[in-house]
Amino acid sequence: MNEVPITHILFVSTALFFIGMYGLFTRRNMITMLMAIELILNSVNINFIAFNKYLYPEKLDGIFFSIFIITIAAAEAAVAIAIIINLYRSHHSIDVEDAGELKY
Amino acid sequence: MSASAIIFYCISTFILLTGILSVTTRKIFRSSIWLLFSLVGIAGLYFWMDMNFIAAVQIIVYVGGIVVLIIFSIFLTQKAGEQMPKAITGRKVFSILSVLAGLAFIYRVISLNEFHPNTTTVVNANVSEIGTQMLSTTEHGFVLPFEAISMLLLAAMIGCIVIAIKSKPE
Repeated sequence: MNEVPITHILFVSTALFFIGMYGLFTRRNMITMLMAIELILNSVNINFIAFNKYLYPEKLDGIFFSIFIITIAAAEAAVAIAIIINLYRSHHSIDVEDAGELKY
Repeated sequence: MSASAIIFYCISTFILLTGILSVTTRKIFRSSIWLLFSLVGIAGLYFWMDMNFIAAVQIIVYVGGIVVLIIFSIFLTQKAGEQMPKAITGRKVFSILSVLAGLAFIYRVISLNEFHPNTTTVVNANVSEIGTQMLSTTEHGFVLPFEAISMLLLAAMIGCIVIAIKSKPE
């Protein structure tokens, strides 16, 4: 357990965060962008758990933050998918370029 | 290198590989399945850190809930076997460059920072401890965010129903 330093866990979560950012930059399909956001949220959760485990083992704050983030991610995914399905009904496409009138 | 370290590096390469495949594959259904593998790998990482409750919540909520929801919405909106169009090369190059720059910056910040791990105490994260602290109103209790999150979940549920409801043609 202790021979893996905390920095290596942080490296893994940073790499996962930027993989999610790459997906968010390159994808134009709303569902795949949502998947990239899920990856980003998960990398943040890994950070919270690792800090709780290594630096402040006498408290449980990191665990609670992770639980709240997971809950909010579930709510966010449900709302986003409702919006996507409604957009598909009216525009017959879920590409972000086709939803341009949201800008104005 | 001990067995625990080897297990950690195996799990992290698994997570990163499936994550990369999930954001680069051009078939949307495969992308969601790779995302599922990545989330299971993250649950394995929580098990490796002895956080059993969080790992169970991760598997139940993400694998059992969100990925199934994403797969349902793919079936409702896309032709699952079809390939998505390729990203523009300029955008791809720009994204890779900016992502690598950010990665290098954060790596440098992390490796320069000195962490002082607390090795004397072991974290006590069993379910009864978490439940007691979640609903306690004392100094380190979390009952206020718990109530706020419950209101947010109710609002999100009602909002989903209102958005997705079929309006009558007028």
